[in-house]
Amino acid sequence: MEYQAKQLFAKHGVTVTEGIVATTPEEARAAAEQLGVVVVKAQVKAGGRGKAGGVKLARTPDEAEQHASDILGMEIKGLTVHRVLVAPGASIVDEYYFSFLLDRSNRQYLCIASVEGGVEIEEVAKTNPDAVKQIPIDPGTGVDEAKAREIVAEAAFPAELADQAVDMVLALWKVFVEEDATLVEVNPLARLEGDVLEALDGKVSLDENAEFRHEDHASFEDKEAADPLEAKAKAKGLNYVKLDGAVGIIGNGAGLVMSTLDVVAYAGEAHGGVTPANFLDIGGGASAQVMADGLDVILGDEQVKSVFVNVFGGITSCDAVANGIVGALEILGDDATKPLVVRLDGNNVEEGRRILEEKNHPLVTLVETMDGAADKAAELANA
Amino acid sequence: MSIYLNKDSKVIVQGITGGEGTKHTRLMLRCGTQVVGGVNARKAGTTVTHADADGNDVDLPVFASVAEAMAETGADVSVAFVPPAFTKDACLEAIDAGIGLLVVITEGVPVQDTAEVWAHLQGKQTRMIGPNCPGIITPGEALAGITPATIAGKGPIGLVSKSGTLTYQMMFELRDFGFSTAIGIGGDPVVGTTHIDALEAFENDPETEAIVMIGEIGGDAEERAADYIKAHVTKPVVGYVAGFTAPEGKTMGHAGAIVSGSSGTAAAKKEALEAAGVKVGKTPSETAQLMREILGSR
Repeated sequence: MEYQAKQLFAKHGVTVTEGIVATTPEEARAAAEQLGVVVVKAQVKAGGRGKAGGVKLARTPDEAEQHASDILGMEIKGLTVHRVLVAPGASIVDEYYFSFLLDRSNRQYLCIASVEGGVEIEEVAKTNPDAVKQIPIDPGTGVDEAKAREIVAEAAFPAELADQAVDMVLALWKVFVEEDATLVEVNPLARLEGDVLEALDGKVSLDENAEFRHEDHASFEDKEAADPLEAKAKAKGLNYVKLDGAVGIIGNGAGLVMSTLDVVAYAGEAHGGVTPANFLDIGGGASAQVMADGLDVILGDEQVKSVFVNVFGGITSCDAVANGIVGALEILGDDATKPLVVRLDGNNVEEGRRILEEKNHPLVTLVETMDGAADKAAELANA
Repeated sequence: MSIYLNKDSKVIVQGITGGEGTKHTRLMLRCGTQVVGGVNARKAGTTVTHADADGNDVDLPVFASVAEAMAETGADVSVAFVPPAFTKDACLEAIDAGIGLLVVITEGVPVQDTAEVWAHLQGKQTRMIGPNCPGIITPGEALAGITPATIAGKGPIGLVSKSGTLTYQMMFELRDFGFSTAIGIGGDPVVGTTHIDALEAFENDPETEAIVMIGEIGGDAEERAADYIKAHVTKPVVGYVAGFTAPEGKTMGHAGAIVSGSSGTAAAKKEALEAAGVKVGKTPSETAQLMREILGSR
C-alpha cells in the first residue's frame, strides 16, 4: 500500500512526505489539524483509487473527517478500505513517472521514466510512446552515479532538477536492491513549488522468496484483505489459493495442480458447469499431517461439494501419499464429510492403491486416470 | 545422443551432505549416473558412501570447492542442492570454476540473486538450468536432478517443461515411446535455460524426432518460443500450457505463474504456439495423444 511504500522510500532517503495513517474519521481530523490542507487517500493494494472516489482534498479538519468517513469502509476493486493516509496538500507544478522493475524476458532490470506522469503509464505508452523511456540495467553492475545521470538525461527531466533527480534515482535504486523488490514505482514523481522533487505516490512489489533476509516484510502483508481460508492455509504453510467453484483440489507440484484445475473445469462442462474451488499444492512431502492440513482447509470451504486428490508420485512414493490420505481421514474423523476422488500414479503406485482399496473408506473413490478422476469429482460436485 | 547430459557426464553435487543432496545423490547413482564427488567446505576431506546401479558401494570424496572437485575428478556437471540463502554464492563459485553444466534444484531463490548470477554467467562457458527445477534426465544414461528415473526409458521424444510434476506426468503418458532427454527449466521468473535453448538443442540432436513443450501462465517465454519454432524448428512440436482457468493476478505456486493483464494467459500462449504450427493439447492426455499421432505416422 501507498503508506508502506512511502515508509520504504523514507527509509532509503527518497524525498517523500509520509503523512499520517488514520483508521477512523476522528484520527483523520486530528491529522488534518496538525498538517493543514491535506489529501485523504484510501489505502488499498489497487490502482485507480482516485477514479473510484478514494482520494479527496480536504481544506479543513471538518472536511478531512467527512472525507475519511466516506472513504473508510468503501470498496475499491473488491478491497475494503480499512485505513486512509492523510497527506499534506502539495502545490504541484509538474508530474513525472519513474520505476525500476525486473524485466524477466531479458533477464535483467529495467528503468522506465517519463516526463508525463500522474496518469497510468500504460496509457502514456499508447498515446505518446516517445515520452516513455526504457533504460536497461545490468544486474551485475547496477546503478551508480554515472548510470543515474545517464537515466536522468535519457528521461529528459528538466536540467535545473538534474542533481535532485540523480539523488532520487540513487535512493530509489537502494529501495529496489536493498529491499529485494521486483518493482519500485513512483507516480507521480512531482515537481513542487520551489523546485522540489518529491515522490508523491508510489508502489513497491517485494520478492517473497527474499523474505528470509527481510524480517520486516511480513508486516506489509495485507491481512485484512486475505481470504480467511487463505489465511488459515498460510498459517499451516500451505500453498493455497481460494477460487469460486465446488470441486476442492489437492495436488503436488504447481504445474500439475494448475493442470488439474483445467482438467476439472473441462470435465465440469458435462456436469452442470462445476469448476475448481481452489488451488492447493502440497509439494513433494505429502505426509499424513500435510494431507490432513490440506483437507482441513478445503473441507472448511462451504462451497466445496467434492474433493479431487491428484498426486503423481515422483520422489514421493504413492504408498506414502495413500497413508497420508488414510491418516488425514483418521485425524479429521467426523469432520470429513465430503467425497474424495483420488488418482495416484507414479512411484510405487500399486502399493498406494492397495492401501486405499484395503481401507475401503466410504468417502474415498479411487480412479485410475487424471481425466477419469476429474470427471468423477465433477459429477459428485454436481450431485 | 541427447542434449546437455549423457553417459559420459561426470557429476558432482553441491550440498552432497545435506538431506536433499544425500537422497538425490543416491538416486542419481542408482540409475547409472557417474556421480564422482561433492562439495561442502565444512566437510572437505571426508567421504560419503552410496550404492551404484549394480548395488556396489561407492565412496564419494567431499571437496572444499567446485574448482578442487573438478581438478580431482574431471567433473563437468554440478547439481546444486543448496539452501536459498547460499545458492547465489554456490552458483558464482561453480561458474568461476568453469563448470560446463550447472543444474540448480533449489526452490525459493530470491530473483535478484538469480539475475545477478545470470549477469555473471555472460561470456562464461557454463550453461545453467534452473533454479527451482527438477533438472535434466537422459534416460538410460544419466540424471542431473530429481526426476524419477523409473518413469520412462530412452526414446525419440525431447521434452522441455517449466514444471516438475508436469514433466513427470507427460513422461508417464508417453512412457511407451520414451525420451531422448527431458529437461525441467524451472518456474522462476529468471532461469538459466529457456524453452528456446532446449528447442534449439533438440532440433540439433539427431536422436530427437519430436518435441513436447510444456508451458504455464505468466511471462512471455512460450510466445517467444513460438516465434523461434516458426523460424528455426523443423521437427514436429506438440505443446501444452497449464493454467487456462487460473484467475488473473493470483500467484499459483511458481513465482513465475502469475497472470497480469492480457499477456501471459494460457489462451494467448496457446494461440501463439498454434500460429507457429504447434499442436496444442487441452490436457496432458490430449497432448500425449497428439504426440502419438505424430510418432505413429512416421
